[in-house]
Amino acid sequence: MSVASQDTAIRTGRITRTLIYVVLILFALFYMLPLYVMLVNSVKPLSEITGGGMMNLPEEFTLEPWFKAWSSAQIGVEPTGLAPYFWNSIKMVVPAVAVSTVLGALNGYVLTKWRFKYDTILFGLMLFACFIPFQIVLIPMARMLGLMGLAGTTWGLALVHVVYGIGFTTLYFRNYYAVFPTELIRAAQIDGAGFFQIFWRILLPSSGPIAVVSIIWQFTNIWNDFLFGASFAGADSQPMTVALNNLVQASHGVKEYNVHFAGAILAATPTLLVYIVAGRYFVRGLMAGSVKG
Amino acid sequence: MGFLDIDNTTKSYGAVEVLHNVDISVQEGEFLVLVGPSGCGKSTLLNMIAGLEEITSGEIRIKDSVMNGVHPSKRNIAMVFQSYALYPNMTVGQNITFGLEMHGTPKPEREKAMREVAKLLQIEQLLDRKPGQLSGGQRQRVAMGRALVRNPDVFLFDEPLSNLDAKLRVDMRTEIKKLHQKLGTTIVYVTHDQIEAMTLSTRIAVMNGGYVQQLGTPQEIYDSPANIFVATFMGSPAMNVLPAHVRLQKDAPHAEFSLHDGSLALLPFSQKNLAAWEGKEILLGIRPETLTDVDGADRKSSNIAEMTNRIVVTEPAGSDTFVSMQLGGKDVIARMRSDAEVRAGQDFTFAVNMEKAVAFDPETEARIAP
Ligand SMILES: Nc1ncnc2c1ncn2[C@@H]1O[C@H](COP(=O)(O)OP(=O)(O)OP(=O)(O)O)[C@@H](O)[C@H]1O
Ligand SMILES: [Mg+2]
Repeated sequence: MSVASQDTAIRTGRITRTLIYVVLILFALFYMLPLYVMLVNSVKPLSEITGGGMMNLPEEFTLEPWFKAWSSAQIGVEPTGLAPYFWNSIKMVVPAVAVSTVLGALNGYVLTKWRFKYDTILFGLMLFACFIPFQIVLIPMARMLGLMGLAGTTWGLALVHVVYGIGFTTLYFRNYYAVFPTELIRAAQIDGAGFFQIFWRILLPSSGPIAVVSIIWQFTNIWNDFLFGASFAGADSQPMTVALNNLVQASHGVKEYNVHFAGAILAATPTLLVYIVAGRYFVRGLMAGSVKG
Repeated sequence: MGFLDIDNTTKSYGAVEVLHNVDISVQEGEFLVLVGPSGCGKSTLLNMIAGLEEITSGEIRIKDSVMNGVHPSKRNIAMVFQSYALYPNMTVGQNITFGLEMHGTPKPEREKAMREVAKLLQIEQLLDRKPGQLSGGQRQRVAMGRALVRNPDVFLFDEPLSNLDAKLRVDMRTEIKKLHQKLGTTIVYVTHDQIEAMTLSTRIAVMNGGYVQQLGTPQEIYDSPANIFVATFMGSPAMNVLPAHVRLQKDAPHAEFSLHDGSLALLPFSQKNLAAWEGKEILLGIRPETLTDVDGADRKSSNIAEMTNRIVVTEPAGSDTFVSMQLGGKDVIARMRSDAEVRAGQDFTFAVNMEKAVAFDPETEARIAP
């Protein structure tokens, strides 16, 4: 009796599982379709695309569209390709991610381990920053950047992203440090470590997992941002996303779809790389051993 | 003037006072244990000595200098935490020397101090490991090493053994005691385990509800508990407490209480001052080991009284046999030698060592004799 019912349980289990897998694989394929289209068409000559058959594999394989997108496509006035804009993005993203992550960590540290009056209210206000829509801050921010003499610069753009990202990074680090054993901080205090020594020597080395989360989040958001880039960047500080848009929008005459596809993939590559590289360091249990458990 | 003075100290969180006028003076080389049930304020008091919690009022002095407001690292104390609080990202060696490094000790000296401590605690082979790669007992040793290496005036321990399993706890207890005897350092040690308190301490402060109930040597606490709380908290199984009346017989005070069938037993007190309580009700405290079979009674006692009562349950526990019965309407436990011949339902003659009996005022619960 019990054996039979267990048997059916296993069988229904197997059927549902197969069903789930089939559905999931279908969804995955559907989701991957755009990537397939982009990849395939970025290595075809334009004639193959305009001749129809977007879904076909290339008859003639060429990397020409990639080179063109990177270094010679007409963007703005000069035929520079996306390369200079790629470096603009890097120059904006790296300091913005680094600064917002470090500041978030510092905030989280203070908000959990150096509690002060009204700290929860302050944290609530910082959280509020996560929910402010971009559009609302555009004009005030433009004015602020102007006053600070940072209008139209990469530094100005980085500053905007730092300010906008702090709410998120603070949230991440605060929640992470909230469960960080306070006894470790106290032990360090007795050992004579000061505010920043505790932060650098004790807290940060144990913050690997959450730092990775914060970096991935900030990197993708800032790299993919279009609105701030389009609003605050000058002609020579435009980030990749804005340049890609210009490439696609502004080319007169023939639309070089293969070049557009290649450019789009180039623009998406860094975030993909960050996921692939940093995602592996998403290790949990770095805290193991400090506290019995 | 002690080595460590806790002078009329209180602690409040907002409007709630959690420690009330604590007054303890610890001499150099003493091993003071703070013991009490959960939430009684032991850790709070320890953290105030460490400087991790502010002192609301009163004064704490170490070597005659006032510590109020002094940073924890400037008090020359070291602390061992319940969770050990080892820095997870540092090796054992780095954990041990971190405090010295922060205090600016040059590297060669740090290394030397680390080697010495590691040798003392037998953790030399662990120095390059991370805390995550250690067993509970090893972490415990490292935590002690970190405290020892600073050569502090006062050691503070907050329930350092409570995360270990029973066997290891007993071993480490002995080790801590040996260490104290060897180094002669001043220690304040928090625990809620009364056996730990008895075995380790030179003096015990029994705490409850934010008050120090009694401060004394283990012997004083055990034999002359200040009140019912201390009497029942210290000792395992707990002291039996039963209502009794004081009667005078030939001018000598006796304790009168009911046996299992309602008949009355009359046992002579050793303390003559109880005559003042004639006719009044008291609470009589009898430790289980002073209630035995006649052969097992303490030969050195000058006051062994006998009574016959019915055994309700017997519980052999290897070295002893525990016997429970009804006295004064309460369940009372006697502790017998394991070879005493007892069985449930039997009417048995017990010997009571009345020299060790304790009497309490039923109103205030304070001890009135001895
Ligand atoms: N930050 C705080 N705010 C308010 N009350 C507190 C705070 N910290 C501790 N208390 C209260 O102070 C009292 C004493 O706490 P403490 O941690 O000293 O107890 P304990 O004797 O160490 O108990 P345990 O054996 O459980 O560790 C408790 O009633 C606790 O609720
Ligand atoms: Mg405690």
